[in-house]
Amino acid sequence: MSRFFRVAWIVLRKDLTVEMRSLEIFSTSLFFAVSVVLFFAVAFVQEGRALDGAAAGILWIAVAFAGTLALGRTFERERQAETLRALLLAPADRPAIYVGKLLGIIALLLVTEVVLLPLIAYLFQAGFFSHLLWLAAILLAGTVGYCAVGTLFAAMLVRARSRDVLLPILLYPIAIPVIIAGVRATATLVAPEFDVALARFWLSLMAAYDVVFVTLALWSFEPLMTD
Amino acid sequence: MPKWFTPASVICALMFAVSPLLIANAPFESTMGLVQKISYYHMPSAWIFLIAGIVCGVASIRYLFQGNLSQDRLAQAAAELVVLFGALAIVTGPLWARKAWGVWWQWDVRLTSSLMGWMVSVAYVLVRKYGGPGSDKLAAGLALFGMANVPFIYISVNYWRTIHPKTSVVPKLPLQMGIPFWFCVVAFVLLFTLLLRLRVRLEEQRARVDELYLALD
Repeated sequence: MSRFFRVAWIVLRKDLTVEMRSLEIFSTSLFFAVSVVLFFAVAFVQEGRALDGAAAGILWIAVAFAGTLALGRTFERERQAETLRALLLAPADRPAIYVGKLLGIIALLLVTEVVLLPLIAYLFQAGFFSHLLWLAAILLAGTVGYCAVGTLFAAMLVRARSRDVLLPILLYPIAIPVIIAGVRATATLVAPEFDVALARFWLSLMAAYDVVFVTLALWSFEPLMTD
Repeated sequence: MPKWFTPASVICALMFAVSPLLIANAPFESTMGLVQKISYYHMPSAWIFLIAGIVCGVASIRYLFQGNLSQDRLAQAAAELVVLFGALAIVTGPLWARKAWGVWWQWDVRLTSSLMGWMVSVAYVLVRKYGGPGSDKLAAGLALFGMANVPFIYISVNYWRTIHPKTSVVPKLPLQMGIPFWFCVVAFVLLFTLLLRLRVRLEEQRARVDELYLALD
């Protein structure tokens, strides 16, 4: 078991080191997410008043779009350098490699979210920050669920011809429940009155989704990645 | 083709030819009137949509973990039928809803989960068609996750209100409405079986041609 986590940690550290040196994925996907938010701000904020409840939806749309970009790029990098084959040939558990990759993408998206939140809060006058712990839990649960499915599909798509087009096609229909739950949970935070029971319901739904989808991904990563 | 295929196709065609007459002669439902008659086609297509989805999911999982190529062909054939029957259900539903509820669409649990399931099947077909080599595994993975998705969509939308009629109305149908209804169900099941068999056969032939081609080389 400790070997499993050691492999995952090595893959994670490698990904973070590469990213820290180039900042390629972080800067490009953040720029993209900010552009998306600005488009929505132009469309939905009129005369200084934002549409009710729009902020929660826009946060998750921006995260989903930026996530797709980041997911595609992390594996594209491995493919270009021919390192994915090396990674898969390494005497390590395949699921451990998956976990390492997954943690790297989650970390990247969480940082993106931290930058996006104040921007959306500012543009849409949304009070995300009144319940910080809830906010952190909701963002973490949603991001884990989205990335769990995304990492698996992005890894499988490395060998496919039209991977850039296929990733959203595969990922979005499957990620819909977690995005619904994320939007609804975040909406409870910006609502005039914070409904704890409702927030707890959506959060636990996301947590259940995370558990099921991470388990499924770990279980099917091996057969899906073998030719 | 198996021996039963031709007679079964003839029976199926006849049943679909007769079904409008039976439906037209069935009594009017007291509150909804004429528009309720859509349900004679809507419900069977929705059921087949569900059955085809289950066939596709189970076959995909078996293909993924046992590597059985015939299961992959079955999954592909079933996925295309999910798209077909799902489209029928999703088109006929709003036609009825416009009259019964006053709106075309409602984010109700059944409608939403059907739409999402249908989207997964469309994604499956797109991946199969444009994914190139290795798309069989990709599609099987999609079907596996698509099946796991259903309960989550169901729970998340069930939290909102629901207005879709329950299936519990079926056993309570009066005989004059029950006969045309079950007649349509049988016709749809027959159509599904025939199309599935036909589509699997096409893939089998394709695989054989590939094999022969490779043997010639």
